[in-house]
Amino acid sequence: MRSSAIPTPATGSPAADRAAKQQFLHDAAEHVRDTGHRAFVRKALGGYYASRDAQKARYRDWEQARDAASLAKWSAVNRLDELLPRFVANFEANGGVVHWARDADEARGIVLGLLREAKAKAVIKSKCMTSEEIHLNAAMEEDGYGVVESDLGEFIQQLRGEPPYHFVFPCMHVRRDEISDLFGKHLGTPPTDSPEELTMIARRHMRRLYVDADVGITGANFLVAETGQISITENEGNARLTVALPRMHIAIAGIEKVVEHLDDLAVLLPMLATAGAGQPMTCYNTLYSGPRRDGEVDGPDAMHLVLLDNQRSAILADPEQRDSLHCIRCGACLNVCPIFKNVGGFTYGTTYQGPIGSVITPHLRGLADWNHLSGASSLCGACTDACPVRIDIHHHLLHNRRNAARTAPNRWEKLGHRLFVAVASRPWLFATGGGVFRRTLGLVKALRPPLLRDWLATRDLPQAPSRSFRGQWSRR
Amino acid sequence: MTTSAAPRRDGSARDTILARLREALRVPAPLPHLKSHAAAPQPDGKNGSRETDGLPQLTVLPEQAARPWLPDGGDTPAERLAILVENLGKLRALVHRVPDLTAAADLVGTLARERDWRQVAWHDHPLVTPLCGGIPCGTYEVRPGSFDKSALEACDAGITACDALVAQTGSILVSSGSCGGRGLSILPHVHVVVARCDQILATLGDALHFARSRAGGRLPSMLSFITGPSRTGDIERILVLGAHGPKELVVILVD
Repeated sequence: MRSSAIPTPATGSPAADRAAKQQFLHDAAEHVRDTGHRAFVRKALGGYYASRDAQKARYRDWEQARDAASLAKWSAVNRLDELLPRFVANFEANGGVVHWARDADEARGIVLGLLREAKAKAVIKSKCMTSEEIHLNAAMEEDGYGVVESDLGEFIQQLRGEPPYHFVFPCMHVRRDEISDLFGKHLGTPPTDSPEELTMIARRHMRRLYVDADVGITGANFLVAETGQISITENEGNARLTVALPRMHIAIAGIEKVVEHLDDLAVLLPMLATAGAGQPMTCYNTLYSGPRRDGEVDGPDAMHLVLLDNQRSAILADPEQRDSLHCIRCGACLNVCPIFKNVGGFTYGTTYQGPIGSVITPHLRGLADWNHLSGASSLCGACTDACPVRIDIHHHLLHNRRNAARTAPNRWEKLGHRLFVAVASRPWLFATGGGVFRRTLGLVKALRPPLLRDWLATRDLPQAPSRSFRGQWSRR
Repeated sequence: MTTSAAPRRDGSARDTILARLREALRVPAPLPHLKSHAAAPQPDGKNGSRETDGLPQLTVLPEQAARPWLPDGGDTPAERLAILVENLGKLRALVHRVPDLTAAADLVGTLARERDWRQVAWHDHPLVTPLCGGIPCGTYEVRPGSFDKSALEACDAGITACDALVAQTGSILVSSGSCGGRGLSILPHVHVVVARCDQILATLGDALHFARSRAGGRLPSMLSFITGPSRTGDIERILVLGAHGPKELVVILVD
């Protein structure tokens, strides 16, 4: 169902993972040349910067709010062994059922089993990145379940046969005329260039589907240990509808989503909205604890929660990078990342794109095949500055580079460093080498040797000065 | 992908994951790089300070903390009202202040006529019921035991009460227990909220505390903070109101 013209994330098989680096380099080169696409993405993000700054200015002290958010996540993640069982006990006391999944395969099996048990005919989903991570839609379709993504961006991506481009703004790369054509093809609607009219087409299409669905699938943004509630953040109302009307609710959440106190959300919810989308609060922030209670009007008869490990415990075991589990998936680091803005979301080939994706993907899918993402950074630190929970993102990219060099040293890199040390520690050799370099730079530019051809394709060598710096200094 | 029965390996999966967590946490992590000290460990040990093996003592976000660094929610009722009304305006909600329930009922009648509503959904509540007698169109009361989602889907508007309003963020707190269930405030195209001015709280923290203390240990199955009408920016990051939930949010504040 995926279009071959568009680079889509590798499927997670070892062969696909080995090809990940080649694919990254190829797609990055392609995207960097596509100035139209880059300008489009930059323009889409322009509004975000303005509204984010306006909302941040409403905080009396944004930096202290970051400290508090960071501490709330730190204290939960570092006591996950205690808080996760506490959450589960309270969640089950509220009438929900918990399922534990060690990996993606187990999680898919649990969801498919629940759908069979429920004799589900129609499934509606609201945005859920863990379901992307475990490739749930493909598994459901293979088993014959019709599933509809209800979030507008995810719905567009589902019709296009693509995964999300950005884990918060799934179709930010798609122009309105493409969406109009897409809706015309799949829904038979007349063309329009109005984002409002396009949104209304999806709204009208989806309303009956909410009413008719048997099962609603969602993610979860926070799991509150002390009350056993799950918190879901969304703007469109599609998650609210997904959890109101079908008779079964299945939520899928990473085990790191736990916070201890309900009160922690008083800080985390506004910060998620401001950092992620430049809003004071996301439109709907909803806490669920179990299915419909006696005396309540509506709601599902059963509520299930799949708790997904899928290598998160491996990140937890690395104290240096444990804070990458603080991530609340706001997407702020993507929005400010010069690499993301230039290579685009698909180039990463991962479920989680951008700087935080580059940090965690090597843990989730293997450092050997995914270390190239550690180099997808200028180390400018914009991601770290943008992170509302203070994850040390750009240093973790360096940590991954170091870890990769330890486990599989690159001989050429080592040789290069040794050569540099040899030259730089001998002033006469340094001066001679510099002279040779200055005189041959023009020749290199003209000859474009194969070794440098890729590098020179998008870059220019500088004009060499006639005299070295030391030469100029001594003549002053 | 196998299609055999759901792996009921839950017991062992649970044990495996918990064992992994215990093992992983044997080495402590460094404290986060904090830029200030206000949220850092407090020596008095009040309000839930705690210690765990090998971890430093922390006081994390004590309940009802003033949090003077978050957006302001106002100190007096008048300030809270002003901040709330300003925030709701920015969120493009419609706010009406009325002196009493009779005036509120007139307002709802006017809305129904102006917008040509054919069917309005409501739930039994001291603030809502008096408004629904004279509406010049059909009405549908949502009730436990006789809920029909198709009937609700056909309604133009839903009228609900709320548990609280949050000045700080312009949010409205509704619950499945006291505000007509889960669907009433999200499925109809227009959501009309009726509230008293004394329901306005300063901050999100206050509202969470209120919801918990009122529930008395048995929380409703859903608590939802509604912050403006439903919206999306998924198409070229351009704001559109009314994605799947209500296109309009009308807040009627009764003095």
